[in-house]
Amino acid sequence: MTTATTSAAPRGAATPARLAERRLAPATGHAPAAGSERRDGTTRLLGAWQAHQSARLAEHLAHHGPPVLPPPRACGWADLLARLVADAGLTGRGGAGFPTSAKLAAAARAGERRWLVVDGLEGEPESAKDRVLLQCAPHLVLDGAELVAAALGADRITVCVAADQGATATAVHRAATERERTALAPVPVELARPPARFLAGEESALVNWLRCGTALPTFRPDKAVPLAIGRRTMLVHNAETLAHVALVARHGAKWFRHAGTADAPGTTLVTVSGAVARPGVVEVELGTPIDTIVAAAKPTATVHAVLVGGRGGTWLGTNDMGTPLAPRALRERGAAVGAGILVALPAEACGVAEIARMATAMAAESAGQCGPCVFGLPAIADDLRRLAAAAAPSGPGSRSGIGADPDLGTRLQRRLGAVTGRGACRHPDGVVRMVRSGLAVFADDVARHGTGRPCTAATPVAGPARDAATRWQT
Amino acid sequence: MSELRLTVDPVACDAFGFCAELLPEIVGLDEWGYPVVAPGEAVPPHLAKLARQAARSCPRQAVILTVG
Ligand code: SF4
Ligand code: SF4
Repeated sequence: MTTATTSAAPRGAATPARLAERRLAPATGHAPAAGSERRDGTTRLLGAWQAHQSARLAEHLAHHGPPVLPPPRACGWADLLARLVADAGLTGRGGAGFPTSAKLAAAARAGERRWLVVDGLEGEPESAKDRVLLQCAPHLVLDGAELVAAALGADRITVCVAADQGATATAVHRAATERERTALAPVPVELARPPARFLAGEESALVNWLRCGTALPTFRPDKAVPLAIGRRTMLVHNAETLAHVALVARHGAKWFRHAGTADAPGTTLVTVSGAVARPGVVEVELGTPIDTIVAAAKPTATVHAVLVGGRGGTWLGTNDMGTPLAPRALRERGAAVGAGILVALPAEACGVAEIARMATAMAAESAGQCGPCVFGLPAIADDLRRLAAAAAPSGPGSRSGIGADPDLGTRLQRRLGAVTGRGACRHPDGVVRMVRSGLAVFADDVARHGTGRPCTAATPVAGPARDAATRWQT
Repeated sequence: MSELRLTVDPVACDAFGFCAELLPEIVGLDEWGYPVVAPGEAVPPHLAKLARQAARSCPRQAVILTVG
């Protein structure tokens, strides 16, 4: 574990009164060094990097202005911050989309000691946004983390970066060291490197890993009870969420709402991959139509479907591709913004082969604890591989048309139902969502496999976005 | 009114199946032998005794009974 600590005195860049004032009347005057932020709101998080090609503290401060921090021994900041964030309507950017203010308020109520964990793990192979953010704007994330920690009285901040993400860890370490030499950093910041596994970023798994070195989700009969290590209440926030907190504190809730829609305010980072010429991370306003985001990444073929939210997400077909990237509109289609992952599937690829491949990978990522997940996911993946491989012509009497295995369709449906909601974490539920939506969207492909017509192209296209993820910088 | 509720801890459970044997009315088994029961499933009063027995006899201590 690399550590960059400091005991420098806190710096009061704003008083609670000023923070409250911003909350109540932030109308116009509060965009200090933010002149370079475009009105379309797409350069909020990455603006400093785009303007200076630098992640250093000097450029960060020049671009964004000083961070907001409670003065020493200030009280009432936990409530103020929770209210400010509630007014802004900020929701978590790690996947669950839970209101950030509710999380802050719950942590403020629980216990006396707190430990803030910055989740930058991104277990989803198709996600790169937290890595890009931590490399390009580490100080914005640390601003938010220090504000939250100081306001809530947390005495530890741990930034978690996956063990295989060396460049990101270096960027975070460098940023924390840089702050150490200044008056910033009221709370010691340390860097931790959990294993690079799909589930390591799951909140309870991450806390468990910090507690005992095992990155496995724990069973929580009552999810309202906050996670704790010893006597410290654990507060886990996604890296991007904290960067937004830093900006909301600087510019106010109203400013935050200038971008996005009324029920989904602000911007969000999105990782686009699949059949596009320019895969990578972009910042978009919430509410931007999904096909617009994909089009900006320059599709290399006709896009037949988009996977929204990653491997535990939802496939949207051609008819739904214009859906705004916003919780409510997506919910109507059984989808969610998730961690902002979009994977474009070209028309010539086989949807069945793709969901089979993803389900197989997800089965292998099961944390191996809960029976329905350990046995159910491989069984589902196996059914899907059979479906993908099915090429035998169906006889006239064949019910589902799946040639030699007529029960395949019903068995698969039964198994999808059987694993739903039966794990300690939501891993199986995500797989079910991805597979069910895929079977619906790729109904034509499914039928084609059923009748044994050979599949034109079973080439997987949704390769990891990771290597290409920083392409947006050009 | 307080009710007895039953939850199976999916991490602890190792599919011994005692719970389903004692409480077939509320606990089913899936094709892999793991108990199927909604988290916090209400236990009817006449099965309360058997539910307690299930909680006691589960070799993995995976049957969680709560009142509420
Ligand atoms: S549901 Fe699956 S991934 Fe989640 S804890 Fe259980 S075994 Fe692990
Ligand atoms: S008795 Fe315990 S271990 Fe056996 S199936 Fe029931 S809960 Fe699982």
